[in-house]
Amino acid sequence: MSGGDARDYAGDGVRALRDRIAAGDLSAAEVVEAHLGRIARVEPAIGAFLHVDEDGARAAAAAIDRDRKAGRPLGPLAGVPVGVKDILCTRGAATTCGSRILEGFVPPYDATCVARLRAAGAVVVGKTNMDEFAMGSSTENSAYRATRNPWDPERVPGGSSGGSAAAVAADEVPAALGTDTGGSIRQPAALCGVVGMKPTYGRVSRYGVVAFASSLDQVGPLANSVADAAEILQVIAGADARDATSARVPVPDFRAALGGGARGLRLGVPREYFPAGLDAEVDAAVRRALGEAGRLGATVEEISLPHTEYAIPAYYIVATAEASSNLARYDGVRYGHRDDAARDLAALYVRSRSGGFGAEVKRRIMLGTYVLSSGYYDAYYRKAQKVRTLIRRDFDTVFEKVDVIVTPTSPTPAFRIGEKVDDPLAMYLSDIFTVTVNLAGLPGLSLPCGVTGAGLPIGLQVIGRPFDEETVLRVAAAFEAAIGFRSRRPLLPERGPAAPGR
Amino acid sequence: MAITRDEVRHIAKLANLEFGDDEQDRFTRQLSAILDHVKQLDRLDTSAVEPTSHAGGDPAALREDTLAPTLPRDEALANAPEADHGLFKVPRVIG
Repeated sequence: MSGGDARDYAGDGVRALRDRIAAGDLSAAEVVEAHLGRIARVEPAIGAFLHVDEDGARAAAAAIDRDRKAGRPLGPLAGVPVGVKDILCTRGAATTCGSRILEGFVPPYDATCVARLRAAGAVVVGKTNMDEFAMGSSTENSAYRATRNPWDPERVPGGSSGGSAAAVAADEVPAALGTDTGGSIRQPAALCGVVGMKPTYGRVSRYGVVAFASSLDQVGPLANSVADAAEILQVIAGADARDATSARVPVPDFRAALGGGARGLRLGVPREYFPAGLDAEVDAAVRRALGEAGRLGATVEEISLPHTEYAIPAYYIVATAEASSNLARYDGVRYGHRDDAARDLAALYVRSRSGGFGAEVKRRIMLGTYVLSSGYYDAYYRKAQKVRTLIRRDFDTVFEKVDVIVTPTSPTPAFRIGEKVDDPLAMYLSDIFTVTVNLAGLPGLSLPCGVTGAGLPIGLQVIGRPFDEETVLRVAAAFEAAIGFRSRRPLLPERGPAAPGR
Repeated sequence: MAITRDEVRHIAKLANLEFGDDEQDRFTRQLSAILDHVKQLDRLDTSAVEPTSHAGGDPAALREDTLAPTLPRDEALANAPEADHGLFKVPRVIG
């Protein structure tokens, strides 16, 4: 077995890695060993994974090598190690959703996106950490452990897909899946200096995704480059008979879109996304990136999305209402935590739920129950749905005159562990530039556009029309080439502390 | 306070949750702060606006009703905290 480090394989992208494996230049077994080795070295400092499935990963890699030797055709991700957010069901492998209430739960089936990754030859190496039920923006709400930002271990990786973002940033895996309900792929991607994409609502099946807010949730990739994100999206996208909300629209060739460049495209920059008080270094990095637009042949135009300020309140009503309904299923009967001291069924429900859910999840169930309750439904829930319409219309109007919208992804770079943990509202405001995209069902991508003086990554968000991921990827790839961020990597594990976690 | 301690108790009951006194105080405070924040939606006149429940997609999409294997019973029961005779077992319903 080669003693190579995962970093030796990550640089040229997942397609090149797959092609080297398919050519017999590398074995899938040595690639997976290199990544398992890197995970073993880095995890004590980062804590990106909740479960690492070494046996499953080795078996999958061995199957790829056998297929190659037998001359069987190999899939587009053959031998590529991937991390999977622990919100996605993996057959025969624990899926906790970051919650004690699902401790020990072993799904009897794969989520469709996971099944498609496996069918493409990807090697699932483990399940990544997350805020409990994807409720959070820092991964601190995980019931199991904290995940540290590879760029600064005293800071959060963002969330809720913080484990997936940190695992990619620390080169533990070249790509990972996350989910995004209000920014949970894009914000951690921004804070960890990687690319993260939330596809259009309906582009990727939600079958086997533990439900948080069903009208907003969407699965997407986190990766080292726009091209790698496109490779993963290509595999997971497309209609699924098991998800009635998955869209019956053709899946284009996303890779073909990458080289299109930004020439002739119109980029809209919404003034509401540069409020007074925006972090000065974020503001400067995003404006510097926009300064490249002319050289790329694109035009930049200031636009207005006037209802932006109402997005966070509308989002926290819609998302919590849906969550309170979705999470009613955790009752200690069919799966998950049960309080054995309960004497009757009513007490079983209350005690199992109260003991199994963490504080943020309870807070959101309470808020959601309140806004749906008799006497408040119209004032809160119905009102928020109407504001959602206004937010959608803002985008519809703007997309008549621009091709994509470019904004900061997060109002600040990575914040300190513990900084916002006791102030839910401050934490919610981390999503101020990302929730609009979920409310409107649009595709959005975050790519790194610079670092702060303290060495923390800054994210640039590109938002497109519904089902126009191609233009988003084109523009993002053009910016990526112009900015040249890829040469920067975090210095871990050398800078990491000896032992993270709580 | 946008929400009272009694309302928090009532909502907890609806949500099948229970809280200690400290937790009740904290949740009352935090939920009040969040509700004060979301109240800014009242500044918008939405009387002529239709609500949006889903962004795109077609939640009413239909498919052919074809026979297919379902989850075998033993697999469906494998995660149950308690099962008996091929059924989920729970404590008595009527006290």
